Amino acid sequence: MSADDLSPLKARDGEPAFAEPWQAQVIALAAALVAEGRFSAAQWSAALGAEIRRASQAGAPDTTATYYQSALDALERLAQEQALTDATALAMRKAAWVEAYEHTPHGQPVELKR
Amino acid sequence: MTSYDPQKIIDIHAHLHSDLPSDPALRVKALESLLVEQGLVDPAAIDAWIDLYAEEIGPKRGAHVVARAWTDPAFKAKLLADGTAAIREFDYQGHATGHLIAVENTDTVHNVVVCTLCSCYPFSLLGMSPGWYKAAEYRARVVREPRAVLKEFGVALGEEVEIRVWDSTSELRYLVVPQRPEGTDGLDAAALAALVTRNSMIGTDLLKARA
Repeated sequence: MSADDLSPLKARDGEPAFAEPWQAQVIALAAALVAEGRFSAAQWSAALGAEIRRASQAGAPDTTATYYQSALDALERLAQEQALTDATALAMRKAAWVEAYEHTPHGQPVELKR
Repeated sequence: MTSYDPQKIIDIHAHLHSDLPSDPALRVKALESLLVEQGLVDPAAIDAWIDLYAEEIGPKRGAHVVARAWTDPAFKAKLLADGTAAIREFDYQGHATGHLIAVENTDTVHNVVVCTLCSCYPFSLLGMSPGWYKAAEYRARVVREPRAVLKEFGVALGEEVEIRVWDSTSELRYLVVPQRPEGTDGLDAAALAALVTRNSMIGTDLLKARA
């Protein structure tokens, strides 16, 4: 049986659960926030479901990459809805990380400037 | 005329060779570092989750539960009656599983699990969910045409077999107890557990005794 004989779903059976570390990080962060009671499992599920639907309606491909992108979008959105953070703080912090990465010599740990 | 700006070339080169993470990776770092700083989440809990769910569990715990059900009728009765209570004795009750319902495959009933909304899954028993489980195609089609989807996974069921599709939620997760393969009478629970595949506990695989 060649790979072509496999249905698209079955062909995905051997995919790793995470293609990149940030994907595991998103799911872990969501699980930790649920465990800490910052939002409920039901709220996380609803937010993730809504984001997956939005991506699908926007024509995003039905891939694991799209799934984790939706998970990240959902977690950012839910964190803001629960007033855990806001868009400005997220944007500023992301810029700070970019700055830190670009100014840290190769081979040294990347840390935010205090 | 093309201009040549040495500084620009150096900048581009430096950028290409920098270890700048991808945009989503930076967004996760931003969110996580902010929440950790405010004491809203414990970084140790995040690391522990990754170690446990992404690397250690796999489907091994679920396989152990299934093998126990095959070899211990009293446990099986308890598992089918109240999955949450039955697995409590294994101390697997991760916060990621919620209420557990075990459903048994028989000669006349085949169970298959989906989460039509997102990707709810019994993480604490099966580890991380496979890529196809998260696919829109699976989430939509297994409800509409389960027989065809199962056939694509190599699960060919006779017309006499009723297919039950269970839709998971954040509070309710399902574990399929697959049928014990023929020719495994002499095996102990550990050897039986080795035969139980992840997909068989989602419902997209039938088990065979290994030759």
